[in-house]
Amino acid sequence: MSLPAIRVRGVTKRYGALQALAGVDLEVHQGEFFGLLGPNGAGKTTLISALAGLVRPDGGTLEVMGHDVVGDYRNARRVLGVVPQELVFDPFFNVREMLRIQSGYFGLRHNDDWIDEILASLDLTAKADVNMRALSGGMKRRVLVAQALVHRPPVIVLDEPTAGVDVELRQGLWQFVRKLNRDGHTIVLTTHYLEEAETLCGRIAMLKAGRVVALDTTANLLERFATHTLQARLANPQAGVALGGRADEDGWVAFAFDSYADVEPLLARLREAGAGLQEMQLGEPDLEHVFVEVMQRA
Amino acid sequence: MPEQRESRLAGFRTLLYKEVLRFWKVGFQTVAAPVLNALLFLLIFSHVLDRHVTVYGDIAYTGFLVPGLVMMSLLQNAFANSSSSLIQSKITGNIVFVLLPPLSWGEFYAAYVIASVARGLFVGAGVLLVALPFVELGFAHPLWILAFALLGSAILGSLGVIAGIWADKFDQLAGFQNFLILPLTMLSGVFYSIHSLPPVWQQVSHANPFFFMIDGFRYGFFGQSDVSPWLSLAVVGVSFVLLAALTLAMLARGYKLRA
Repeated sequence: MSLPAIRVRGVTKRYGALQALAGVDLEVHQGEFFGLLGPNGAGKTTLISALAGLVRPDGGTLEVMGHDVVGDYRNARRVLGVVPQELVFDPFFNVREMLRIQSGYFGLRHNDDWIDEILASLDLTAKADVNMRALSGGMKRRVLVAQALVHRPPVIVLDEPTAGVDVELRQGLWQFVRKLNRDGHTIVLTTHYLEEAETLCGRIAMLKAGRVVALDTTANLLERFATHTLQARLANPQAGVALGGRADEDGWVAFAFDSYADVEPLLARLREAGAGLQEMQLGEPDLEHVFVEVMQRA
Repeated sequence: MPEQRESRLAGFRTLLYKEVLRFWKVGFQTVAAPVLNALLFLLIFSHVLDRHVTVYGDIAYTGFLVPGLVMMSLLQNAFANSSSSLIQSKITGNIVFVLLPPLSWGEFYAAYVIASVARGLFVGAGVLLVALPFVELGFAHPLWILAFALLGSAILGSLGVIAGIWADKFDQLAGFQNFLILPLTMLSGVFYSIHSLPPVWQQVSHANPFFFMIDGFRYGFFGQSDVSPWLSLAVVGVSFVLLAALTLAMLARGYKLRA
């Protein structure tokens, strides 16, 4: 079995009374598109920061491509690209200067061919000589992605990269990140947009209060935790509620069920109860339901 | 491995280049303004005092004042460079661009301090150049001038790194600058020889390391000073070593940078 792209073992971190990480263990395989999900304050950013060397863990070990992030930090940082959550920039420089400087920090002094390629891929070529201050928020976000890629890291971490980003840019960004993943880069993504994680990530870890509370392939999580739903508009919603449905203000009643074989008996019970079915629709299991379920159980 | 060493040096060189470029891009504010400031001091003080005061027997007050003004500008700007760069990077969050790459804390320290020395020397040389038409200045011991300029700006560059890392907001940095750096500089003998002070204040001045920086620097111009230049060199050298050790220890611990 090949070396894991990321290996986290028993990592703990405390800030005063807050236990930000309470013994995290996980592995991300090379070439994976991995999702790291959790509510605010779950420890996602602390974990990423520990991986990037921005935070020193109180206990445990973290490795990137086999390099310990503390003991062998130079090599660990060379193989890791991080797109930070905050929209940060240096107002003294233009886009190309920023990318050249970032390349230099990683020991790459003649990197213009690759910089041009990244600029073109992220649709930033026309902005190469524009000062960072003059860029829109979306453009600044793209530059952050470009900065994380200047040293061609095999492992790329994106910490909520689409927060506050418009639909067009979001789609363009995912297209680009998917291409990076197809080219062999390992991608670790944190996001609050669960439909994005469901579409993109092959495997997902969910964190709550600094612990991993679920870790599996996206398909397995959907199968294990999510239920199908049947939404029915009823003439007599109370009859539906009496059968275990949840009514909303618009007269729709939602029923949860595990497999399609349960639908026919449910409809029969509604008919017998005189619920008066007027309209209905079936809902597929989704990651949002998984997420809510996992967080409630944890 | 030579390749790895080259790549390490490239990281350090890039951070140094970035720090120098940062102040150079706003040179009007970071170099020209302090030079003008020092020139105004010189014109006003020389107009008021030149005919009334002589120092070390026969040196005109303006001539005495110039090395002090050069050193004061050099020290203040060396401090301003590293401290303002770090606090701005911390507050805007772009410090992360320096913390994510494989740079060691030693490279981090060296790059910020050398950039501070560069700005200090630029400003000091600028003040000296604009002052030269107004005074007759000897350069008795150029190596002493250079030694104190380098050590003084390195000390203030280190203090700037400490202040920039310690301060969480601009207000705290301004406090460090206005209540520590400025009084120590102004009371260090920039504008007077400590021999003109009452004995008690002469003793107090000896507790101020800035006094030794300026006195030693002045010796390089006149071949005369309030205390032996070797004593000044020892005090300034030891101060630099202690401050460098303190700054490096802070960086090695990741104090306020790597939580």
